[in-house]
Amino acid sequence: MSWFIKKRAPIKSPKDKIKIPEGLWEKCHGCNEVIYRQELNRNEMVCPKCQYHFRIPPRERLDKLFDDSKYTLLYNDIKSEDPLNFRAVKKYRDQLKGLEKRGLEEDAVWVAKGRLSGIETMVAVMDFSFLGGSMGSVVGEKITRGIEAAVEEQIPVIIFSCSGGARMMEGAISLMQMAKISAALARLSEGELPFISVLTDPTTGGVTASYAMLGDINIGEPKALIGFAGPRVIQQTIKQELPDGFQRSEFLLDHGMLDMVVERKELKAVLSRFLRYFTKEKV
Amino acid sequence: MVSMSRDPNNFEEPILELKARIEGLKAQPATPKLEREIDKLEQKLRKLQADTYASLTDWQRCLVARHPKRPYTRDYISNLFEEFDELHGDRRFADDPAIMAGFGTFRGRTLAVIGHQKGRDIKQKLHRNFGMPRPEGYRKALRVMKTAEKFGAPIVTFIDTPGAYPGIDAEERGQGEAIAFNLKEMAMLKVPVLVYVIGEGGSGGALALGVGDHICILANSIYSVISPEGCASILWKDADQMATAAEALHLTAPKLQKLGLVDSICEEPPGGAHDNPNQMFSLLGEHLAAQLAREESLSVEERIEARYQKFRVMGSFMQAG
Repeated sequence: MSWFIKKRAPIKSPKDKIKIPEGLWEKCHGCNEVIYRQELNRNEMVCPKCQYHFRIPPRERLDKLFDDSKYTLLYNDIKSEDPLNFRAVKKYRDQLKGLEKRGLEEDAVWVAKGRLSGIETMVAVMDFSFLGGSMGSVVGEKITRGIEAAVEEQIPVIIFSCSGGARMMEGAISLMQMAKISAALARLSEGELPFISVLTDPTTGGVTASYAMLGDINIGEPKALIGFAGPRVIQQTIKQELPDGFQRSEFLLDHGMLDMVVERKELKAVLSRFLRYFTKEKV
Repeated sequence: MVSMSRDPNNFEEPILELKARIEGLKAQPATPKLEREIDKLEQKLRKLQADTYASLTDWQRCLVARHPKRPYTRDYISNLFEEFDELHGDRRFADDPAIMAGFGTFRGRTLAVIGHQKGRDIKQKLHRNFGMPRPEGYRKALRVMKTAEKFGAPIVTFIDTPGAYPGIDAEERGQGEAIAFNLKEMAMLKVPVLVYVIGEGGSGGALALGVGDHICILANSIYSVISPEGCASILWKDADQMATAAEALHLTAPKLQKLGLVDSICEEPPGGAHDNPNQMFSLLGEHLAAQLAREESLSVEERIEARYQKFRVMGSFMQAG
């Protein structure tokens, strides 16, 4: 009776096969719609059909965020090394070299200082294109230095998370970056300085289980995947289908883990307001 | 029965066989000749244990760290503490049996004790969720730490978990937030925090009890950012490469000490903690007593600063210029 239960392969949508000239069109990860790149650019890389927020390069984010796109990049002389001489299918060292050749010189986080609606602010933006935004020694060190400088200069901190979690190729050293950054945030908190965490797609693992969840305000971008364990790991553990919308920003908002879900085009205004609310009046 | 096993997972087999032989001889009526024979075999056993344990691969070390007879948090508490009273619940949602927490007396001194608990038989394992905490476990842990801080009691934590529980309910209640909040709060605790990795130090789920003034790892324990199995399936696309992954991750006590991620290593009995739990309890007890005395000589400010600096310098990078 096997014919009876045989499942027909789903009809493949032909648009998957259309050859698209590089850079002219972009396929939406949210709704599979093909969107004209220029339209996407005009819309701050948000799908006009389904509001999916595309990952954007750190530079784009910093340019949009800071007043007149003016800011200073910090600590970009710190580079990853390979403390464990790690080799899986590829050598970690070779991966790092390859990324440097591609011009990715900031590792998985950019730290910048500048004015946001007039308020001097320390901002860190993670870069998913650098080894999945993974947090290793360099990410830990750059963010910690940024926070420590903010404590010193009495200015607020904003971190845009975008990461699969800790960088396995640095073993437990990467794990300890969670403690290092969280301790620095404790000092920021003690200095009564604001920390706003913006969680973008995706924010998982050790990043969620440290600074990304420690904001005075935790803001999610729409539909961003946010969680501690990745959905695949959970599925393998519990052997059940995961509910629709599980671990998306809206789900976290419902469960009390985010303060708000904010669309990209509103983000600067919202961040500016909170920086202002939290700025102490000089007595 | 197959006795000539080459399975690297069965490295204890020759030890167990020798032990059985000794037991067999001991059951016979004692004669001077037999006693000499037993003596000889016991010497041989000690050497075999020492040799085996000195040359374990990193993957085999993981198996020792996860050994079903290895002492758990509960065993250390009942053998090292004159008194102990367990506290339950996070005052928010539930009690999580994967973490035990409470107050007790160690050599006359009041301490707060917090640790992962795995469970021995299948019923206990399920009850303890195999030592994989949910958010309420971490929140209970922090609640007890805050109480300890208020009443000036030093805190000792025992780490032994495969990791924080990856489940729908845990995510709904903020597994990430619970761990993160512990990391931040533990950094600022005014009382001494002594951390013992007694078995498996499984990633963030372990670190959430692991921010302390002194981090000690037992000689056969492991501490890792991800399980060797998980790492193998992601980076090698082959879960059977776990032995290779275990080697690459630098998760053993000596390697972690070399990287500056743990402060000290507590020796284990020659055949591992499970081979002689009583000896293990006294080894750890001595270590804890000595460490407590050292920590208590610091002022609160010095202690918090030293704890901050300990984690601050963890990391390995290059800096131009």
